[in-house]
Amino acid sequence: MSEMEITLNVNGRNRTVSVPPRMTLVDCLRDMLRLTGTHVGCEHGICGACSVMFDGEPVRSCLMFAVQAEGHKITTVEGLADDDGKISDLQDSFWECHAMQCGYCTPGMLVASQALLAENPNPDDNEIREAISGNLCRCTGYQQIVEAVKMTAQRRRAVRS
Amino acid sequence: MTEAPTLPNYRYVSRKRRTKEDRRFITGRGKFVADVFVPGMKHVAVLPSPHPRANILSIDSSAAMALPGVHYVLTGDELAAETNSLFHGLDLPNVVWHPLAVGMTRYAGEWVAAVVADSRYIAEDAAELIEVEYESLPAAVDSEKMIDEDQPLVHPAHGSNVLFRKTWEWGPVKDDFASMPHTVSYRARWGRSSTVPIETFGVVAKWDEITEIMDVWASIQMPQYQDQIASALRMPMNNVRVHNDVDVGGSYGVKRGIKHTILVSYLAKRLGFPVRFIEDRLDNMSGGDAHGPDRIFDITMAFDDDGVIRSMKIRALDDVGAYPGRAPLQLGKPMTALCGPYRVNSIEYEAISVTSNKTGQVPVRGFGQSPTNFAIETGLERVAKYLGLDRVEVRARNLVRKDEFPWKIPPGSLYDSGDFHAVLESAIKTSDWDDLIARRDALRAEGKLAGVGITTCLEPGGGNNIFEYLFNPKLEITTFVESVLIKVEPTGAITAVMCTTTSGQGHETMVSTIAGEELERDPDTIRVVHGDSLEALPTRSPVASRMTIVLGTATSNAAREIKAKMITIAAHDLGVEKDQIEYADGEFSVRGQPERKLLWGDVCHIAHKQFHRMPPGHELGLQAYSVQQVPGAGQLPNEKNEVPLYPCFSFQAHVPLVEIDPDTGKVKIHDYYIAHDCGTAINPDIVRGMIIGGVAHGVGAALYEKFEYDPDGQLLAGTFVDYLLPSAHEIPPVTDIEHCTPSPMTSLGQKGSGEGGYLGAPAAVASAVNDALSPYDIEINELPIRARDIEAALYDKMK
Repeated sequence: MSEMEITLNVNGRNRTVSVPPRMTLVDCLRDMLRLTGTHVGCEHGICGACSVMFDGEPVRSCLMFAVQAEGHKITTVEGLADDDGKISDLQDSFWECHAMQCGYCTPGMLVASQALLAENPNPDDNEIREAISGNLCRCTGYQQIVEAVKMTAQRRRAVRS
Repeated sequence: MTEAPTLPNYRYVSRKRRTKEDRRFITGRGKFVADVFVPGMKHVAVLPSPHPRANILSIDSSAAMALPGVHYVLTGDELAAETNSLFHGLDLPNVVWHPLAVGMTRYAGEWVAAVVADSRYIAEDAAELIEVEYESLPAAVDSEKMIDEDQPLVHPAHGSNVLFRKTWEWGPVKDDFASMPHTVSYRARWGRSSTVPIETFGVVAKWDEITEIMDVWASIQMPQYQDQIASALRMPMNNVRVHNDVDVGGSYGVKRGIKHTILVSYLAKRLGFPVRFIEDRLDNMSGGDAHGPDRIFDITMAFDDDGVIRSMKIRALDDVGAYPGRAPLQLGKPMTALCGPYRVNSIEYEAISVTSNKTGQVPVRGFGQSPTNFAIETGLERVAKYLGLDRVEVRARNLVRKDEFPWKIPPGSLYDSGDFHAVLESAIKTSDWDDLIARRDALRAEGKLAGVGITTCLEPGGGNNIFEYLFNPKLEITTFVESVLIKVEPTGAITAVMCTTTSGQGHETMVSTIAGEELERDPDTIRVVHGDSLEALPTRSPVASRMTIVLGTATSNAAREIKAKMITIAAHDLGVEKDQIEYADGEFSVRGQPERKLLWGDVCHIAHKQFHRMPPGHELGLQAYSVQQVPGAGQLPNEKNEVPLYPCFSFQAHVPLVEIDPDTGKVKIHDYYIAHDCGTAINPDIVRGMIIGGVAHGVGAALYEKFEYDPDGQLLAGTFVDYLLPSAHEIPPVTDIEHCTPSPMTSLGQKGSGEGGYLGAPAAVASAVNDALSPYDIEINELPIRARDIEAALYDKMK
């Protein structure tokens, strides 16, 4: 099958790769770019483990072809830390609250939570649950994830005030 | 919410501390099996059988082989000729199990052929080109028909679909039944669900012809994994190297991919290049052999006028699917706490394991305990209803009392410790039971259906699997060890080597916290690594809520030995007797003369490099290992089939409030309270996560999750669209109250917590739903209780 050359902006860098047209975005990120922080859970758009930011919006990278991402801006979990490698306040809150166990859904949860906080800096518990309800976690029962997102919002409020 | 434990003043244990593992997960730096890239690696896709039961007449793979990028198509005949049958827990010489079907397919989804290609995409294309000619046959689907009715045979050579049937009687059941004025009989049914981790199973294998080593990276959580690989591949165990440092993306018991591993490792050896197989979701749900218990309980309880239960007769019929593996033994583990936390005098237990044309069953969180707890709790509800007693009161009257430990139950388990009444009372108090009932009644007054649930249950921990012997005397195994090696470098840095994988339990945190506590060193500076199977000491893997108990105690033992060695070296160097040395905060000083001291680093330096300062004959370096037996284990059952099973018993009480939409039957859980006692919690955040996560898991089993089959044996739930996993919408906020009754069986009083909430939540949710349905005189004792089941039951009542 003939391949197509595409250029994606991933975590602030332009990356050019040659992919089969049918390759999904998540397989491209993982297998071609070796950004293995983004995970594959169901490959039918339910579990959210493959969530990435796509031009600032959370999307399921298992439901897109890599070629559809040509020229677009993608942020994966590897891009959440700042340029010096310092983890973000959201990542730090996930650690502080132990908002995970096996860690498999965590990158997707971080992406969903980041998208929520960008839109709504002061979410209540119901809004947090709504925002992460498209991401499945089998370990935590979600509570420590909700607490981590809330902690991030509180920390940001403290910084602003 | 955590109550301050009345414990020694630990500096690291039971303190709020960040975990070691989370840092790599929040940065996307975990190493899961699909993240393992081995140069030259090729990819596998499997072809599933569309038939629940069929003879395979022919397989033509020529078109698949002709596809560019395809390297090989493997069928069952070749694999069966070159490898041994996989392991079963029962003694079943005529039930043969291979990774690919041989001659006959036994369930829809069973793998018939495997393709190896340059990419998974090409491998899937090729799998579609394989032409298989089947002769479709009627299937055996209904487990209740397997015993007496003429059914198609799943394994004709075995001669029956019954794999195991045995009745045990512990104590004077007949006399106890005769002496009691009341009995209730009921049926409780546990639907075929599983833990369904978000990461599917995957495995990478690489064979090196020169070193003759089979390297295996897998998403595994299984005892005796490398033993079983070596046995099936007909090679010595020291030719197999399992890399235990692979992060496992959830398991809760089910990551048992031995057939996947044999398939892939055989291919790697046969073809001479590394091979990987990562299940896609459909592979996992239909062909991965990762279903859970599917169980029918018929129970009679005998009790007095006060609702005090004297005796129980339990019959459990479990459908393990087409290939049993260890699954039938899940009828054995519940013997450990067969009467729950209650003071029952005698028990009759009939365990029946049947095979069917369904996907295979594997161990699921609690190893059969959660279904059994649900069945027992259903009985407590029945007793209360029969006598018109309060449900909480009936439990309180039956619970083992604080001053009765160690308490021996009829099958032989010794409950180690607990304060069941205090924990129950705490759940009632924290939930504000009376207020909860008032809120329930207010909802009912608004025309809603609402109910409050109550459950108390035990979590056995420690994994002494001697019950296996009661199912198969060839499994004369009286130990279930776990090990650790701790070494201190010349510079003073501490490294602990554990010997198995981790799937979210936080073992690195647990080991470093306990080692840090024992040695008075900051756990953050202690590195914990997962030794591979060639380097590692004996392990039986992280099952059975056992690692904190067994590995934790091993860690204490090894750390205490290190400390003793350092004191010996310091005493010699300072010219005093050992008992003159005081150790605190990394300093070894002479009692009463604090200025005469050696620092931690000094002693490490002497031990590694200054032979002239060492005590004569003392081992050089600073290392200690501990191979820890399960506390209290080590004996075979006596002539009455009594044997102490698991060593530690955690206790919990659950109280949920639910509301049901009368039009749709949809259940909403408003509040969920749980009071929990697992002895000394090593890391409170980890324990809390286990409890709440376990509750979530139990909510799924209670209300949503089922591998539904049609009457012909076709699986109807192979995706997340039809097998429903609860999201953050369905799982309520959980209020968790921790108690601490330290166990006398472990180094720091710790017990198990990994199976936690899952063991009580299904019963608690069912209790609440049935309370909500009680005004309509409806009782549903079959899980999951789905919206449509409630809607149908209400409709029946209304018409």
